[in-house]
Amino acid sequence: MSADQLPEHPDFLWRNPEPKASYDAVIVGGGGHGLATAYFLAKNHGMTNIAVLEKGWLAGGNMARNTTIIRSNYLWDESAAIYEHALKLWEILPEELEYDFLFSQRGVMNLAHTLGDVRESVRRVGANKLNGVDAEWLDPQQVKELCPILNISDNIRYPVMGATYQPRAGIAKHDHVAWAFARKCDELGVDIIQNCEVTGFLKDGNRVVGVKTNQGTIHTEKVGLAAAGHSSVLAEMAGFRLPIQSHPLQALVSELHEPVHPTVVMSNHVHVYVSQAHKGELVMGAGVDSYNGYGQRGSFHVIEHQMAAAVELFPIFARAHVLRTWGGIVDTTMDASPIVGLSPVENMFVNCGWGTGGFKGTPAAGLTFAHTIATGTPHELNKPFSLERFETGALIDEHGAAAVAH
Amino acid sequence: MLLISCPNCGPRDETEFHYGGQAHVAYPENPDALTDRQWAEYLFYRDNTKGAFAERWVHSTGCRQWFNMLRDTVSYDIQAIYKMGEPRPDMERAVVNTTAATTPEGATK
Repeated sequence: MSADQLPEHPDFLWRNPEPKASYDAVIVGGGGHGLATAYFLAKNHGMTNIAVLEKGWLAGGNMARNTTIIRSNYLWDESAAIYEHALKLWEILPEELEYDFLFSQRGVMNLAHTLGDVRESVRRVGANKLNGVDAEWLDPQQVKELCPILNISDNIRYPVMGATYQPRAGIAKHDHVAWAFARKCDELGVDIIQNCEVTGFLKDGNRVVGVKTNQGTIHTEKVGLAAAGHSSVLAEMAGFRLPIQSHPLQALVSELHEPVHPTVVMSNHVHVYVSQAHKGELVMGAGVDSYNGYGQRGSFHVIEHQMAAAVELFPIFARAHVLRTWGGIVDTTMDASPIVGLSPVENMFVNCGWGTGGFKGTPAAGLTFAHTIATGTPHELNKPFSLERFETGALIDEHGAAAVAH
Repeated sequence: MLLISCPNCGPRDETEFHYGGQAHVAYPENPDALTDRQWAEYLFYRDNTKGAFAERWVHSTGCRQWFNMLRDTVSYDIQAIYKMGEPRPDMERAVVNTTAATTPEGATK
């Protein structure tokens, strides 16, 4: 697809209202998850007297910085359930939101380079199939047929020994996703308030009753935190801790190229993930920087490492150029699974810990978090992703199991 | 890329080191006496400070010794490097014992 087939930039899609003195619920964080949550609160639960507070500009955090990969081929039942539900929502949302955000189900391949990889991959394909997630195991020749520019020769450091393939997976235009949710939220009466930084919370005993912001105090009955990398900062203001660590995660794009890359390729072992955006940029990401950081930038050696992997797998990329690199702040948990549920503060709810993979989960995070906020109890899908699992030991350990090293 | 002044080897590239997370988290004295909540705190809960943060690093490809570092998690500036077992320096009074600043190479937006 060429750039001139992209939809035109729209006029204003949402109002920019002043915050009211009070709302029935306030969502902190105007990224994908916050907007999706507000949308489902309004649509599924009739809660329209609500606000989304965004410290910067709408969807300018990780929603603007991710590599837009959508897939649901997770190993464990709990993860497969929530991510597959998200994928099913991705399939119907363009129509429901009346906005074509170019969800392209071009498939995602996860390469295997070692015998260990092969075993993990074949096991995961089996687990996926049992959970109703489309998955196939491909041999190197089939990998080559699906993505001809991939180097499958056996004289490289980590030869491609096969891949898992999820045909329904793909990419979407992240900005358009945010705008689609924002426009619908606005139509349903939700106030989206940008440049509104939360500076504290009002509490009555252990119950949250309001939010202090740089635009004044807002009273509310319920607060939902959806602030990704800054969740710990908000939790500290509210008086509790979260078992998450914030890390910089970088991504980069090349200049525009003719379509050369028909699918999405992820390699856990040599660690790079690559797709080609609708406009033509090669979009690449890899792992987090090892240290805790809030600086929205990381170290160059991380990029150097991922480029080495990319050029070995895709020799034609050697002549491409890095056009832009950037970083976002991801909120990682010890079991590489998100936290969506209640918090130690009454009427305050947390959606965080999505780490490096939050974009794909956006619709399901919104749906389940909205349910949790509206009813005060978790949805069936997010019940296992509670904060309590770190005490009970019922972890959902997707580290090394979820087809990508986090 | 951070430039880290190893207390034993001097300034070296970040790639020679490995990160060890929050410093000064002691192993519980009586692990069997802990409640599930306390055990969860020890295993899974760490400070996630935005600002000056005391953390551990190990010089994996050099002297292989662990040490502590006080680093700003927003600017990534290294404010102090001190030995394992030493308390976190009080930066109001302490003399910063490293001359190496961070080099935010490739730190484009």
